[in-house]
Amino acid sequence: MSTVIKGGLVIDQTGERNGDVVVEDGRVVAVGPDLSGDEVLDASGCVVAPGFVDIHAHLRQPGAEEAETIETGSWAAVRGGYSAVVAMPNTNPPIDCAAVVQEVLALGRLAPCDVYTSGTITVGRKGEQLAPMAEMAALGVRLFTDDGNGVQEAGLMRRAMEYAAGLGVVLAQHCEVDSLAAGGHMHEGEWSSRLGIPGVPAEAEELMVMRDIALSRFTGAPIHFQHLSTRGSIAMVRAAREAGLEVTAEAATHHFTLTDEACASYDPVFKVNPPLRPADDRDAVREGLADGAVDAIATDHAPHSPDTKEMPFDQAPPGMLGLETALALALTELNLPLAEVVGLLTWQPAAIAGLKGVHGAPIAPDGPANLCVFDPNETWTVDPDALASRSRNTPYAGRQVRGRVRHTIVGGRPVLVDQEMRP
Amino acid sequence: MKHLLSINDLGAEGIDEVCRLADHFTEVSQRPIPKVPALRGKTVAMLFYEDSTRTRLSFEVAARRLSADVMGFSVSASSVNKGESVRDTVATVSAMGPDAIVVRHRSAGVPQQTAAWTHASVINAGDGWHEHPTQALLDCYTIRDRLGSVAGRRIVIVGDIKHSRVARSCVMAFTALGAKVTLVAPPTLLPPEVGSWPVDISFSLDAVLSDCDVVYGLRVQKERQSEALLPSLREYTAQWGLTAARAARLHPDALVMHPGPVNRGVEIAPEVLDQPNATLNEQVRHGVAVRMAVLYLLLAADPDLRPEGAGT
Repeated sequence: MSTVIKGGLVIDQTGERNGDVVVEDGRVVAVGPDLSGDEVLDASGCVVAPGFVDIHAHLRQPGAEEAETIETGSWAAVRGGYSAVVAMPNTNPPIDCAAVVQEVLALGRLAPCDVYTSGTITVGRKGEQLAPMAEMAALGVRLFTDDGNGVQEAGLMRRAMEYAAGLGVVLAQHCEVDSLAAGGHMHEGEWSSRLGIPGVPAEAEELMVMRDIALSRFTGAPIHFQHLSTRGSIAMVRAAREAGLEVTAEAATHHFTLTDEACASYDPVFKVNPPLRPADDRDAVREGLADGAVDAIATDHAPHSPDTKEMPFDQAPPGMLGLETALALALTELNLPLAEVVGLLTWQPAAIAGLKGVHGAPIAPDGPANLCVFDPNETWTVDPDALASRSRNTPYAGRQVRGRVRHTIVGGRPVLVDQEMRP
Repeated sequence: MKHLLSINDLGAEGIDEVCRLADHFTEVSQRPIPKVPALRGKTVAMLFYEDSTRTRLSFEVAARRLSADVMGFSVSASSVNKGESVRDTVATVSAMGPDAIVVRHRSAGVPQQTAAWTHASVINAGDGWHEHPTQALLDCYTIRDRLGSVAGRRIVIVGDIKHSRVARSCVMAFTALGAKVTLVAPPTLLPPEVGSWPVDISFSLDAVLSDCDVVYGLRVQKERQSEALLPSLREYTAQWGLTAARAARLHPDALVMHPGPVNRGVEIAPEVLDQPNATLNEQVRHGVAVRMAVLYLLLAADPDLRPEGAGT
């Protein structure tokens, strides 16, 4: 059975053109005017793009299924226009060996989008001993991270980078120097001072960015920086890339949308790690996304069950939902040309995660049929109760945003049609 | 006004009103039977998640002198020890219908969260490093009582400003009333970006001592040593303690204040605490009248019960 996406503006890495897109048997079979197919998906007024790729999603399984499962997280992804997500390994048990990787991939095969997993850099994310990266890489893992923690020991990080380079995989760092960040619950600055909440200084992130750039230069290994949140971090990455180093970076949607002032409500829905920063840092994240210092928009989708987010601010876990609002926030907040936003959501993250060719690929005959159709002009209001995620911790409740995903096609199968999930 | 979560909820006018009401309740407290029926039938619940002697007793005495009923709550003897969340405990206490809940918690923001979870009025009795508004109110009242007014006074607050909810509330209250506030501490005990606060900063107590109307000492905790914020309490006392020698350089009318509990000999020398210009016991005494005023302001809906001259 074939599906035709009619009347949209096709945007991919090769450019923009008006045309219909026909998919069949998991592949794109035709792109052009006046095409037909068994099922017709209307795309008038819409952009037809490669399906989005989130290289930073916490799907919480195994271990915290009350907050999210691979199934519910994947539906949230599909609602957000994603055809691929890379699960973070800070589960319980952590994804630090072949057995857990296999379990996650097996659950992922039942999901409506393609689920990839990252693996940990160190056993148990403890920062003490290298995890068996080769056995995980053999199962297809391409990104390794201790996300939630930075690798504190410079010597260990050096060896991890050298070892990973030999496997052709990339290390992704959660940049945070524990001895500076310990005990902090929001950005250290004017607002933390006023609110009496212990702070995490920008320097806790920047020192590790600085160190890992030096280690990348030293080892020749690539490094990917997760959820950069400060002006200093982004400036260092920009300089490192200009110097020719293999350094990539992502920014999370909340870091280009919100500021630390939001914590004045003491609502832990605004608690996240790295924390929301002042407006100048938020603006630096936007500039980094605009000038290419930052390669990708990531969600850092971090579901938490309501009871854990209804705690005192300093006791609640950090993290916020992101998959279902990422496109809208990018279009509403960034003021970038459509093609650049699409690049930040598709082929650029796909390249970092080693998914090029399968996701983020050009929309052309014989290409993979992983697609997203979105209306860049539809405005809507974020309603936590209308989310597909099992959790409700979105910091955007009640916010009016612009840009909405209409259809998502994964492997040729329409899994979201006119915003309705199709199990 | 429904809640008292922050000094900012009151502003200068509100602080003045509390002080005027407190004048009345000071008079009540001096009667042979120090009790009025103003809050008869009202219930005040105490939700203290952190140890407290003076604040808790003071609120209880204040509520009783207004004829309110008091619901006690001790964390050590409650379901909190069974892992009940703050939200569930607030819901449980609220279901018993208190008119006000007085909250103390070690985490900043809990009173604000509590206000969203209950229909009762919420009074912040101290939250983490954030605020302790009734302490600042009784301090304003004490300064006003001793020196006539807070406006124009030069007030030095010395000690662990960074971790002090008293400092945050006092800075807001004193500056709202027109005092000139100087914070004195080593840089490690000052909050980040304190430059944005409406105060002067000094690292030397000696530099500001002879030129002030009030020295307000804050408690310094031993833990600050292990966090590398201080080399030792001995060094703290030598540099920032109100020793007898330093006290001798104060203007004769200058007040020595402290929110208690005092580490005798650390922040303030024992002999200085016994001088007539040390107001520690007065602060505690005024605390009752000020808390009566706050409870009255939040709970006495019936204007006929308001004392003469008290505004709304």
